[in-house]
Amino acid sequence: MAVGTVDVAATAWGRLRRTFGGPAWLRVFSFVLLLSVWSLATTADPSGQVLPAPWVVLDTMWYHLNEEGLLFHLGVTLWRVAAAFFGAMVIGVALGILMGARRRADIVLDGWHILFLNMPALVLIILCYVWFGLTEVAAIVAVALNKIPNVVVTVREGTRAVDRELLDVARVFRVDRRTTFLRFFLPQLYPYVMAAARGGIALIWKIVLVVELLGRSNGVGFKLHEFFQLFDIAAVLAYTLAFVVVMMVIEYGVMAPLERRCTRWR
Amino acid sequence: MAVTAGLSVDIRRKRFEGDGRTPPHTAIENLRFDVPVGQFCCLLGPSGCGKTTLLNIAAGLDHDVDGSVGIPAGDTGPRPAVSYMFQTPRLLPWMSVRDNVDIVLDPSARAEGRGVRLLERMELGSYLEAYPTRLSGGQRRRVALARAFAIRPALLLLDEPFVSLDQPVGDRLREILLDLWQAQPTTVLFVTHDLNEAIFLGDRILFLSQPPSCVVQDAAVDLARPRTPDSPAIHAFRTGLLDRHGGLLAGLAGATTDPGHSTP
Ligand SMILES: Nc1ncnc2c1ncn2[C@@H]1O[C@H](COP(=O)(O)OP(=O)(O)OP(=O)(O)O)[C@@H](O)[C@H]1O
Ligand SMILES: [Mg+2]
Repeated sequence: MAVGTVDVAATAWGRLRRTFGGPAWLRVFSFVLLLSVWSLATTADPSGQVLPAPWVVLDTMWYHLNEEGLLFHLGVTLWRVAAAFFGAMVIGVALGILMGARRRADIVLDGWHILFLNMPALVLIILCYVWFGLTEVAAIVAVALNKIPNVVVTVREGTRAVDRELLDVARVFRVDRRTTFLRFFLPQLYPYVMAAARGGIALIWKIVLVVELLGRSNGVGFKLHEFFQLFDIAAVLAYTLAFVVVMMVIEYGVMAPLERRCTRWR
Repeated sequence: MAVTAGLSVDIRRKRFEGDGRTPPHTAIENLRFDVPVGQFCCLLGPSGCGKTTLLNIAAGLDHDVDGSVGIPAGDTGPRPAVSYMFQTPRLLPWMSVRDNVDIVLDPSARAEGRGVRLLERMELGSYLEAYPTRLSGGQRRRVALARAFAIRPALLLLDEPFVSLDQPVGDRLREILLDLWQAQPTTVLFVTHDLNEAIFLGDRILFLSQPPSCVVQDAAVDLARPRTPDSPAIHAFRTGLLDRHGGLLAGLAGATTDPGHSTP
């Protein structure tokens, strides 16, 4: 009898798992959970000043979108993220390959690399602003400098792991240097470059906000600073939400498909 | 690397300097032989005697050697083409079968479809767009073989290309190799452990000694082609060889006697 009950419970549970256990449902569930916890937490703050409810944040976002130029500030920040990201990737990948492939370059650059790797982001930002003025270029350079050492670590690792045997194939068959680099060497680095890019974009947008807060008069970071001084938490959360949505679109719309393309052959 | 009438190997010494973990090692000493243009020459020797080292030198991958290797002149211009089929297929996993062959061709040969023709001839016509990871071991070697022939090499180096394949697949690949070689004659240096394979394929077999290796025996294989693998003729030739040079080849017996198809 007891055994029978357990069986029924087990099959019911099994059916439930089969129906709602798929990845899509799990994502929905996790999102609903977040909203519930958030809504529940707002009850602890009747004023609604410290933690506004989700719908208040949405409403605020709508208002800023239509009346307060949220899109403009979002766009400015996004452009800084993109500029710093591409700058950091190009320079980081080039340095990483150089340091991974050439021992002498590695020895010469290693000290610098460790220095920049351990330099606090804030110090780099302050120094860039002091040395280059409160300019757009200084802001982007400061962000890129923070990211380059991390890209170098990953790409240097990848370069050291490159399969020499495949490069020997190119040598024997007299494949020209350009093709050797693009078709024999670089594809082996793609997984490392992708890893650096994904970690990179998350880190970069966080640093961009700090840069904007310290020395720019537009962008999401600048606005957040303003809302902080006005104690407008709903607006802070509205801007955060808007930017997170944009970053998710980039992750799922650009990065993930790109990665699938690069690893199609596996 | 000089261009000569055939392949001419003259290596006084090839030495690997130790690096603390490995002691210094002289792999080759006074290794001299010539292979006339168009000859299929098999190279047999005990494991670790320096066969791969020799092929790497001939392929121009290793220049740190006291001696010289002359490459036969080809019809592909002033720089004769050398092909190397490695012990593993060494295909690029991120490229389709077709691209794996096309990538080593110059643009005119690619446009003319030489790679695809070779692949079709090897019964890989329906796998042109497949990635190498989806192919069987035998199919991968066929792609590697197509790549090796595609550049119309004046010298073809093969380093135990058919090991670890089962007998029928290996036999089929050896047949394909001979087929291509007859259609597109070239000088061949074929390294193997397997005396039967050497007798089936070669015009001539060179036996190498224990390291530091040199040529200890040079045997012409005067069997008419086409030959049949594992046929009485091949077994008779093998027995004759071992009878005549048993003493010299005794050191190689372990490496050359394949228990799978040795004569009783
Ligand atoms: N890069 C290297 N550094 C040091 N020693 C090496 C190096 N490459 C090969 N050797 C040594 O040279 C010798 C010959 O190696 P090689 O790979 O040419 O042998 P092989 O005849 O091809 O053997 P096998 O039939 O097992 O493939 C071996 O003793 C090996 O340890
Ligand atoms: Mg070898």
